[in-house]
Amino acid sequence: MVKHHLFWPVAVLAALLLFNFIYSPDFFSIIVRNGNLYGSLIDILNFGSPLIIVALGMTLVIALGGIDLSVGSVVAIAGAISCLLISKGTDQSAWSLVLMAIGVSIAVAIVLGLWNGVLVSIFGMQPIIATLILMVAGRGVAQLIADGQIITVSSKTYNYLGAGSLAMLPFSIFIVAAMFILVSLLTRRTALGLYIESIGCKPTASRLAGIRSRTVMLAVYMFCGLCAGIAGLILSSNVSSADGNNAGLWYELDAILAVVIGGTSLNGGRFSVTGTLIGALIIQTLTTTIYMTGVPPEITLVVKAFVVLVVCLVQSESFRKAIVARWKTRHYPAEREVKQHV
Amino acid sequence: MFNRKFIPIVVTLGLFILMFAVGSFRYTGFFSLQVFNNLLIDNAFLLIVAVGMTFVIVSGGIDLSVGSVIALTTMVSASLLEQGWPPYAVIPVVLLMGAGFGWGMGAIIYYFKIQPFIVTLAGMFLARGLCYVISINTIIIDDAFYTKVAQTKISLPGGNFISISVIIAIVVVAAGFYIAHYTRFGRNTYALGGSEQSALLMGLPVKSTKIKVYMFSGLCSSLAGVVFTFYMLSGYGLHAMGLELDAIAAVVIGGTLLTGGVGYIVGTFFGVMIQGVIQTIISFEGTLSSWWTKIVIGVLLFVFIILQKLLSERKWTLRS
Amino acid sequence: MGVTDKQQPVLQMSGIHKHFPGVKALTNVSFRLFPGEVHALMGENGAGKSTLIKVLTGVYSIDQGTVELEQKAIRIGSPMDAQQAGISTVYQEVNLCPNLSVAENIYIGREPRRFGRIVWNEMNRNAEQLLKRRMNLEIDVTLPLHHYSVAVQQLIAIARAISISAKVLILDEPTSSLDRGEVLQLFAVMSRLKSEGLAILFVTHFLDQVYEISDRITILRSGELIGEYRASELPRIDLVSKMIGKELHLLEELPKEAKSANEGKEPFLQATALGKKGSIEPVDMAIMKGEIVGLAGLLGSGRTELARLIFAADKADSGEVLIEGAKGGVHSPRQAIDNAIAFCSENRKLEGIIDDLTVRENIILALQASKGWFQTISKKRQIEIADEYIKALNINPPNPEHLIKNLSGGNQQKVLLARWLLTRPKLLILDEPTRGIDIGAKAEIQKLVLSLAREGMSVLFISSELEEVLRVSDRIVVLRDRHKVQEMQGEELSQSNVMKAIAGG
Repeated sequence: MVKHHLFWPVAVLAALLLFNFIYSPDFFSIIVRNGNLYGSLIDILNFGSPLIIVALGMTLVIALGGIDLSVGSVVAIAGAISCLLISKGTDQSAWSLVLMAIGVSIAVAIVLGLWNGVLVSIFGMQPIIATLILMVAGRGVAQLIADGQIITVSSKTYNYLGAGSLAMLPFSIFIVAAMFILVSLLTRRTALGLYIESIGCKPTASRLAGIRSRTVMLAVYMFCGLCAGIAGLILSSNVSSADGNNAGLWYELDAILAVVIGGTSLNGGRFSVTGTLIGALIIQTLTTTIYMTGVPPEITLVVKAFVVLVVCLVQSESFRKAIVARWKTRHYPAEREVKQHV
Repeated sequence: MFNRKFIPIVVTLGLFILMFAVGSFRYTGFFSLQVFNNLLIDNAFLLIVAVGMTFVIVSGGIDLSVGSVIALTTMVSASLLEQGWPPYAVIPVVLLMGAGFGWGMGAIIYYFKIQPFIVTLAGMFLARGLCYVISINTIIIDDAFYTKVAQTKISLPGGNFISISVIIAIVVVAAGFYIAHYTRFGRNTYALGGSEQSALLMGLPVKSTKIKVYMFSGLCSSLAGVVFTFYMLSGYGLHAMGLELDAIAAVVIGGTLLTGGVGYIVGTFFGVMIQGVIQTIISFEGTLSSWWTKIVIGVLLFVFIILQKLLSERKWTLRS
Repeated sequence: MGVTDKQQPVLQMSGIHKHFPGVKALTNVSFRLFPGEVHALMGENGAGKSTLIKVLTGVYSIDQGTVELEQKAIRIGSPMDAQQAGISTVYQEVNLCPNLSVAENIYIGREPRRFGRIVWNEMNRNAEQLLKRRMNLEIDVTLPLHHYSVAVQQLIAIARAISISAKVLILDEPTSSLDRGEVLQLFAVMSRLKSEGLAILFVTHFLDQVYEISDRITILRSGELIGEYRASELPRIDLVSKMIGKELHLLEELPKEAKSANEGKEPFLQATALGKKGSIEPVDMAIMKGEIVGLAGLLGSGRTELARLIFAADKADSGEVLIEGAKGGVHSPRQAIDNAIAFCSENRKLEGIIDDLTVRENIILALQASKGWFQTISKKRQIEIADEYIKALNINPPNPEHLIKNLSGGNQQKVLLARWLLTRPKLLILDEPTRGIDIGAKAEIQKLVLSLAREGMSVLFISSELEEVLRVSDRIVVLRDRHKVQEMQGEELSQSNVMKAIAGG
């Protein structure tokens, strides 16, 4: 069972939840208030939804052997565009206006994803470099759109996206569910998953096997842009405002972290969408836990640092071997060498 | 003989001169030695960080923790001074802390073979978080030595001046240049970035080089933190937010390949200067907002990366 | 150059055992190397050659046995230990740093220094002299290594090795990617070093080269020592049979059924003036339906390059390709596949297998790629297909869910064949399909090729082994120095004719 790729992520999540259960038993309690469900678990899903969505897109990019550093900036740009458009309207709650704003910002997000995809697949740039460009410039563009201000909107319709509720649950949870199902279907019901794993593992061999690598790459980066765009909408609608400077800050790092914790290797190849979901939940649970325990929230960063390290160490073959070698000294060094040099 | 490997540096230098010239034609009072000196004064800490970053990137790695280490340095310095430590004890302590921090990250990267990106990301979180452990508020520094250093102006002929931080930065750049080109550690760093496997089989000290590179970057970051403390006269957890990106951008604009193995300290110097000029132009323009800096730097990154791509492809066709 | 038995060996390995979990890589192997000789280490894949070399270079530790260098027992724990002891290795894929200058590559780690400062002038001067004096190479040593060809890089690697006062020089398949001229240049250097008293351990797959340069031959098979011989006293045929361990019945001619004349057959593919600058001069050739065309020529003669142009793995810059008489051309691998062309690359590791995927996924990959995103093959059908091919091609282990990276080279090759056969190609391009795989699997693949052609498939067959090309081909196109020089079929097909064409003149 330890061999199963979801074992470690699930174990960490379970341990976190267990800690919460011991520390404050009402962590698991869910109450009904004003016809809606409330409770820490609901909060985790609700507040974690933008991260989960960004991480889903990131999973596919990382599985391709790439990385997308620009998601945080795209989150900010998408939020800024939709808030700007809505704030210009006379009736900010009008459906047509809100839908138009959502449509435009999602289209822009996809175009930004396409830009990354073009740099990576057509210009052949290293993904970390290609997306760094948009990461740096995008933040400036978001501020440019918002003219350096925080744009606030008062649109009930728009606010529903990130703060409304449906069937007693926050609406954003349904968006997450829809995206999760969409990604699962795309990767497991179509050949896209096989293509992605194949390209992520061996790009040249995949091309020679007839896979249209370029199309797949473009599609995946566009999808990642789409995910970041949706996350940006949820975030900005939740607080009814867009902050070009701070919206989506560190999202790229949290998303990458979620993917890595979920068991997808940064080297590309095999990926696990479920793992990413759990990874993102771990990060969000951790944040919530820290709030609950009354430690100043800024300390989250320290804890995050240790979680990153522990998760990476657990996944690091060298580390596990070093530990195992303590009581099984004889065979492991040889095996490690075989791995490295064959 | 003109060596084509210097093309990126020449382009960087040319761009700097061009931008400075454009600024000089457009704005009165731009073309002066003092404007140039101000570039150095305002970017001294960035220069120092970028030198360390150049080594890391040349070795084929990356260090995302530099901005946070600067913040941590300002925080630790401020709180130690607050507790009455003398400056001559505080500075060595924070330098050691930075080097030790880098050493730790390097060791984890080497021993457990985890991507530098992830390890230094953890380091970034850790250092930033530790700032808040110390305090979530700004700590003002009123130590006599620090204020004196901050206010000292070193006069140059012609009525111009620079700060002590500039001297430190220039010494670091010079030392970086010497280390990169004239010491074994420097050359091993280039070899490591060229091919780690080969470096290992050639019998080079891969382990110590790799760890030392991150240690050096950590040391540079904390030294930059000291300089930053002189500049801000405060410790604060939000200091130097996103500085790692500026440093990486400066290194790339300076002609260093992000894939490792090729890089120039001199290029990095002008990379930082270019960023400084952009900011200066924007402030002279008056109507332009500060976020244009980010957009222009993004565009420059794009242009330089495309340029490197073209150069390396032409090299390829020559070879085959 | 006679090695007398009175001489003391510079290197003596005795009773070496090494095993990996589940594999005995070396069993009681002994090996000795004398100063001033070139000693060839021969063996098929899996014989233990590379393990023995890795033991010598300190990459592997041994389970049992002794290694003596100049009569002193030594322990080699790391590549650095080996180098310090005087054992240097030059690998097929040059292990230098392409971004550093030539001089640095030779002296890095041992740069001349004054007060800790590297003295570049002195280093460059030393490098220039070293290369000129001992390698007969006059080049600009301040340029980065990647400016030079692989052959020159190899000489530079040797220069580095010997300048670290090597007593033993190991050359691990140094000639694999060199052309004839470059091989001769390398041999000249080897002869010179040998006469200076250096002991050279030479590993190669090319029999001609073994006899051209070696004094002695040690043969390994399945991790055991078969024997040590003087090259002059070991006939070729004996060498081969000792290496493969069987008498030659498996290599005997396959029933060469009346290789039908091609008259009356329609062409499947016609290439006119197909070429690419710097890789292959324009070539005209046709492949008939159901015909096996062999491409013969030395490594670097343009065989692989031509095959890659036909499949559009590389882009041609001249000429056109007609498929079944139709124009339109092939501009990408994907189009080639749509035109029922399949290509098994010689570079199995990089361009063939997808390590992380299972045997099943590797098999269906090309078929799925041609079906597109939405027309998927059900998992059940995938398993059926995989099982069918595992059985037909005798793939071992017969488990479709096994990761392909854990299979042996021969079985990986069969999986790749299965991948392409599944796409029902009309033209199958096989580039070195039998390289690095054991003799049994080799014969199986050859038989398969013949039976496929009998069923009407066209095959373009490339191999470094002339016998193999002759055995399977109906027609042979000979390439030399990136030109097509001759085409022969029927009665003309004989070893000597092809050899003459390859050698030219």
